[in-house]
Formats: sequence, structure tokens, C-alpha cells
Amino acid sequence: MEHSTIHPEVTFEHQHSDAEFKRRIRKTTILLSVITVIELGFGLTIYGLHKSDVNRDMLILFFKGVVCILTLAKAYYIVSVFMHLGDEIRNMIMTIVVPLTLFIWFIIAFVADGNSYKNLRNKYDKHFKETTMPLKERKKEEAKEIPVEKKGGKE
Amino acid sequence: MATQATVHQTKWWSGGKSPFNMEYGKLMMWYFLMSDAFTFGAFLISYGSIRFSQNFWPDPNVVFNAFPGAGHANLPLAFVSVMTFILIISSVTMVLAVHAGHKGDRRGVIKWIAWTIVGGLAFLGCQAWEWHHLLTGEHVVLANDKLDLAVQNMRGNPWGELVENHAKLTAALNNTPHDALVQIVHSHDHSHTLKELSAMSDAQLRAMIDPAELHIREKGPVAFGGYFFGITGFHGFHVFSGVIINTVMLIMTQKGVFDRKGHYLMIEKAGLYWHFVDLVWVFVFLCFYLI
Repeated sequence: MEHSTIHPEVTFEHQHSDAEFKRRIRKTTILLSVITVIELGFGLTIYGLHKSDVNRDMLILFFKGVVCILTLAKAYYIVSVFMHLGDEIRNMIMTIVVPLTLFIWFIIAFVADGNSYKNLRNKYDKHFKETTMPLKERKKEEAKEIPVEKKGGKE
Repeated sequence: MATQATVHQTKWWSGGKSPFNMEYGKLMMWYFLMSDAFTFGAFLISYGSIRFSQNFWPDPNVVFNAFPGAGHANLPLAFVSVMTFILIISSVTMVLAVHAGHKGDRRGVIKWIAWTIVGGLAFLGCQAWEWHHLLTGEHVVLANDKLDLAVQNMRGNPWGELVENHAKLTAALNNTPHDALVQIVHSHDHSHTLKELSAMSDAQLRAMIDPAELHIREKGPVAFGGYFFGITGFHGFHVFSGVIINTVMLIMTQKGVFDRKGHYLMIEKAGLYWHFVDLVWVFVFLCFYLI
């Protein structure tokens, strides 16, 4: 262990050999670039699916989910290798990572809130619904509503 | 054995040693970055919340499809991927600068931090071009049963739903006043000056506009502009301050300040900040351009 002369209480352990360091950085750089290229591929696929008339909403949602997971992988590599957080003492890592778990609640709560607001507005504010609902969605809803109307007519 | 292990563990906290084996300034940089992550997270989640509250949201591939020098070519995601790679590469050069600092290699630090500054400036240049393109690019939109020109700014969004109802577009064209007609023709036909166009009759101008060819859209959600410029602007401000910090580091390295101190820990702290800027971009890229 090498002790710093300025900060005697700090010991610097995480210094890999030069070759090992270069190999690790090269590997991470390639990994980040490859993930980015895959993400771009998904982005362009989503664009193609949006343009076609076929209804592929679930597939688009699936691709968006995959892109989110790939982004988290990228974030992990940047923080762990480039920022060397992975080489720190476990207690120190925890003081950073544990507070960040708040994001799990944060994202779910606020996105669900936005979604609920949309549903309430569509239900009670017909003007909002008529002026903002895309044509595709409206057609889908009408297709759903027709059988219900027929039933009502029979009764 | 068990008691020995406990003694060994508690020794970290009994003084004389840094329990996290980390210099104070670097630890505080980590906590600052964590708080900054919450600031960015709050902005992005607020954007997500608004997006989920809308029935329609513009497709990013339609909005961000321009490339410098490519004119009106439709190149979705191309320019933003260039920006992303610039930041990834500048992050790598920063890692190399920090590594050179570990070894006390002054020339190495100077070389790699200079490249990092170049990368940061290149990114800012790209962002300036993109903002300029969005703020000045005029698009024909259908609003209030009239045709009009709109740009992407904080007050309006020209990326609503594509209008494919030709009867509606023809009716809107006939409702469009003279001044708007002049501007619309001028936006895509540069063979006449504004003065010549102003002198023409409405019927002549209408004959020069083919609504089917212009990909006319309705107006989109206004919040799009506020969130896009707000969040990419806040990120751009971080890049800018990162470039300033790196420039200060470069000057200090050149003056031999760190050699006299005996360590290059300042470079490490600047490096953490720079990597964080790259990290945030990964999420901005995800939220605004990919999904």
C-alpha cells in the first residue's frame, strides 16, 4: 500500500498495472460503443414501426423497454469503470447507491400520476380528448365501441 | 478469531484512517454528483409525467432528423449519435488523463485533458447547431383551420399529428390570409423575393402551394419545447462548466501546481464531474431521442 504524503489517512490501492488498465478501458469503450449502436438500431426500428400502418404498439413498447435496460447497463459501466466506483470500499459505494434507489419510487409514482391525469381528462374533458387524441387511436377506440352500441340497441 | 475480526473492522472508524479510504474533497464530489443526479432525475421524471399525461407526443425521429450540411435529407438519429460518440470519446480521454495523473505524468495529463476540452467544445458546438436548427427551421402547420408557419420554441411545437385529410387542407389553404401565404411560399421556393411574392394575388400564391407535398402537421404539445430546451440546456450548462473546470486544470497542470502538491487528486475530481456529464447525457439521449 502506497501512502500519500499529503493525506496520510488515505491509502491508494486501486492502481492496476498499466497493461491491465489499458485493456480494461479499451474493453469498456468498445462495450459502450456497441451498446450505443444497438440502441440506435432499436431507435430506427421503432421509427420504421411508427411509420407503417400496422398496429405494433406492444412490440414498440417492448423495444423501448429493452433500450431502457441497455441504458442502465451503459450507466453501470460508466460509473463502475470510468468513475472507479467499483474499486471503492463497499460502505462508500452503498452511501451513493442506496439513496439512488429512491428513483424506483420516484419514477413509478410520477409516471403513474401523469397517466392517471390523462385518463381523468379523457373521461371528463371531451374537448381535450377530441382535440388531442391521434386519429389512429380514435379509430381503434371506435372499433371497440361499436359492438357495445349494438348490444345496447338490442336491449 | 471472531473478536480479532471485529477489532480489525472497527479500526477504520477509530481515527487515523479514512473510513472510506478516500480523500475528503473526492468524497464530497461524489455526494455533490449524487445530489445533481436527483436534480436531473427530477427534471426528466417531470418530463415523463407530462408526457404520460398527453394523448399525443411527437415522434423524436421526426423532430431530430437533420444533419449539418445535408439540407432537408431525412436522417433520424444521425446527428445525435455523433454527439453521443463525442461525449463517450471525451470520457475516455478523461480516464486517460486521470490515469496519467496517478503516475504523476505531467505531459500525459496535459495531452489528454486538452483532448477532453476539445471533445467538450465539439459537443457544445453540435448542441448550438441543433438548437439553432430547431429555433429557426420553419414548418407549415394547420392551426385554427388556417395554414401558418411555426418554429420549435418555448411557445409552440410544429410536430403535431400529420394531416392526411386533403379536403381539410384545401379548405385551410383557402382560409389562409395573404401574408401567411407569402411566407409559406417563400419558405420552400426561393426563386422569388418576398417583394415579388407580396405583389402577387392570393389565387396565384395558392396555386404555388401543394398541401399534399408539404407534410403539413397540426400543432403539437407546447410542453415539448420547454422540456427539451430546459433539460438539454441544463445539461449543456454542465458541459460548459466542465470545459471551464478542465481548462483551469490544464492551466494548473502546466504551471506545475500538482507537481508541487505531490499528487494529481484535483484531476481525479474534475474527472468525476466530467464522467457525470457523460452519464447524464446517456439518460437525456434515452428520454428525448430514443423513446
